[in-house]
Amino acid sequence: MANLQFDLVSPERRLASLEASAVQIPGADGDLTAMADHAPTITTLRPGVLSVTHSGGVDDYIVIGGFAEITQTGVSVLAERALPKAEVTQEMYDGLMAEAKEAHATAQEIFKNEPGPVDDAAKLISDMVAIGGHIGLTASN
Amino acid sequence: MPNLKDLKNRIASVKSTRKITKAMQLVAAAKLRRAQDAAEASRPYTERFNAVMAGLASGAAGSPSAPKLLSGTGSDNVHLLVVMTAERGLCGGFNGNIAKLAKTHAAKLLAAGKTVKIVTVGKKGRDAMKRDLGDHFVGHVDLTEVKRVGYVDAQNIAKDVLARFDGGEFDVATIFFARFENVVTQHPTALQVIPAQFEADESAEAPLYDYEPSEEEILADLLPRGVATQIFAALLENAASEQGARMSAMDNATRNAGEMIDDLTIVYNRSRQAVITNELIEIISGAEAL
Repeated sequence: MANLQFDLVSPERRLASLEASAVQIPGADGDLTAMADHAPTITTLRPGVLSVTHSGGVDDYIVIGGFAEITQTGVSVLAERALPKAEVTQEMYDGLMAEAKEAHATAQEIFKNEPGPVDDAAKLISDMVAIGGHIGLTASN
Repeated sequence: MPNLKDLKNRIASVKSTRKITKAMQLVAAAKLRRAQDAAEASRPYTERFNAVMAGLASGAAGSPSAPKLLSGTGSDNVHLLVVMTAERGLCGGFNGNIAKLAKTHAAKLLAAGKTVKIVTVGKKGRDAMKRDLGDHFVGHVDLTEVKRVGYVDAQNIAKDVLARFDGGEFDVATIFFARFENVVTQHPTALQVIPAQFEADESAEAPLYDYEPSEEEILADLLPRGVATQIFAALLENAASEQGARMSAMDNATRNAGEMIDDLTIVYNRSRQAVITNELIEIISGAEAL
């Protein structure tokens, strides 16, 4: 089966650049898996787990914010924050959780009568919880 | 004629100055390498980002529903200048050049009857512009505590700028920083970030993408991030430029100190010889008089 070129970059560094057979992307509208000859697509990301299947196994990354560009021959993921799953510690996760909750609290304060931003922030929290469930860390209250 | 003791002290003091400038040069060289690596590491992200944005923006630019960050507010009366400089001095003309460019820009806008607001990043730029344009300051970002600029710092600046934009405080935002070319040359640069401008790469034919969610939503989501990305790239360029400028400034200072030491040593040796000759003359004429 044909492979595709996978690149994962964050503003601070290039995390991965390899040949992959399939890339599972947490798109804003739902997960999607890109394989070779996928229709060219650009999708924004929700915070979630990106998993890359390549000849050496499967790599998981936590990605937050940004977008993915899928072409027929490759996938470039530009994440505002990206971390290999193994590097995420409970502490870091707690920090991210706290950030999400803070965003939710400020959104509630500023946009009292507008549901949009508050819902977005609430969704951010649930996304974070979902990440925690996936990588085996628990969200502390 | 300075006496010998003064000369000796002078030489000692210049020598210790040379030691300090030499050390600063070496430190700047090490930091420069790190700053360049950081700039290098961020390049793939910035490039891809701009390429995608250019594609999206060219599609949306004409439509009346284009986001304000792209199309502008419709007027250009209030300008926000984000002036990014270093937190420290002793780096040659680095801070001065950026401040000068920003000042000329501000003067031009003021002459055209526009309102100018200034946000400074870095202490030195604020100091340099305070006297002429102090009344226009609306904010300052302090990076003294930041050892290595991270994306978070850029995000914070971007957040501040975007909040002001949403609040209707300005129409056009321009960032000022020095683009790093090499150790001896850094170009002070002005870059307009709001309304966003992306250089479309005409040569590469972009495939027709599916957009998920819609094209407009992606654009609305990415434009604010684009501001942060551009600010981050500018901060990294600036960091590299600062170290480069400091390195060459300190190299010059070290060389000057060396020359000064040589000159002073010659003067010192001459004076010492003069004193000896004088003493000899005194002894000889004393002996002859007997």
